Amino acid sequence: MIPQLHKSVSLRLRKEGKMNKLKIVISGIIKNNPTFVLVLGMCPTLGTTTSAENGMGMGLATAAVLVMSNLVISLIKNLIPDKVRIPAFIVVIASFVTIIQMLMQAFVPPLYASLGVFIPLIVVNCIILGRAEAFASKNSPVDSMLDGVGIGLGFTLSLTVIGAVREILGNGSIFGIPLHLTYVDAVSGETMSYMPLTFVLAPGAFLVLGYLMILFNKIAKK
Amino acid sequence: MGEDLNIISSILETKEMVVPAVSYFAIIIGAIFVNNVVLAQFLGICPFLGVSSKVETSMGMGAAVTFVMALTALVAWPIQTYILVPLHIEYMQTIVFILVIAALVQMVEIILKKLSPSLYQALGIFLPLITTNCAVLGVAILMIQKEFNLLQSVTYSVATALGFALALVLFAGIRERLDFEDVPKAFKGIPIALITAGILAMAFMGFSGLV
Repeated sequence: MIPQLHKSVSLRLRKEGKMNKLKIVISGIIKNNPTFVLVLGMCPTLGTTTSAENGMGMGLATAAVLVMSNLVISLIKNLIPDKVRIPAFIVVIASFVTIIQMLMQAFVPPLYASLGVFIPLIVVNCIILGRAEAFASKNSPVDSMLDGVGIGLGFTLSLTVIGAVREILGNGSIFGIPLHLTYVDAVSGETMSYMPLTFVLAPGAFLVLGYLMILFNKIAKK
Repeated sequence: MGEDLNIISSILETKEMVVPAVSYFAIIIGAIFVNNVVLAQFLGICPFLGVSSKVETSMGMGAAVTFVMALTALVAWPIQTYILVPLHIEYMQTIVFILVIAALVQMVEIILKKLSPSLYQALGIFLPLITTNCAVLGVAILMIQKEFNLLQSVTYSVATALGFALALVLFAGIRERLDFEDVPKAFKGIPIALITAGILAMAFMGFSGLV
């Protein structure tokens, strides 16, 4: 399924021929949206979007790795023998993931703690290896960086939206700001939320992503 | 009186004997049902959505993942404990582990091809996919985080892989039936698969609190 997707993406890119710089960025957000159109990188999409803030943090971390790895891979693409290019790409990506991991541990420890194992797992995010293979290994460094920015922004935006929907539905707040969707229980006198917590838990991730995908396809096709 | 003491001490002894066995049991049940790798921890979603259209192929994928995960635990744990920690280069964990997994998958592929062509026929097509299966790297990192010893790590890895296989086979069974249903046009493909997975995850929530 995944190699086919990459082929279709690279074919689409080839057909468009020379794109101007802005088009590269915008196509990553809507036409090649990694989450809703390409359906890549599902593990962090489902696993980290328990709140808008977490989703955005994960999206930005992935985007940073994507931009840097696209730049470096595009710079060294002529030095790498074709046979070992995939392992070489993985080492480049893993190095940047390690750098991001250390930076996040130092500067945003709460976010680092709540994203947990998904930060080292950016290495195996198919979006990054997919873009390295489909775009950065064939295009100039500037274009590759812009492609990284576009796809990264598209990913961040999708994750933030999914996180926001799950946070509103499950927790009655957005970006940590409470929306006061609560009532005082008549018997125990405790403050209770109207919102079902299920949406923050595992089933909510699948359901919200499924319905948002339908919505995105409906709007994007018009 | 002496007999009573003997009984008490023998009970205490058996209790001490029982404790590690129970914790292994807890690891197994926890990894398969309570914290199911796909439905509760969201690792390995790509093969879960991609390879799960038939029960047979999903069984093959489950077997291949179990095999590779057990090997990964056997190799990654000694590397972490005897190389990375003594040299104080724990931050190299991500790079080292992904290379270990990639090399391991390649090696398994070559060895299987030579030794057992029939098994290679059965598992072969799934092996290259496993390198990018984040469940394998995820489990290797999690078992180090949980500070398991070698035997516990292997138990945890195998149990997690069995949980992965269980989720995959269950999901494939549902999807085989979904093919015959009249699904609304907008829901076709990935969306209905995600919503089905959501309901399956809800069912697995029933196991929470079991261990």
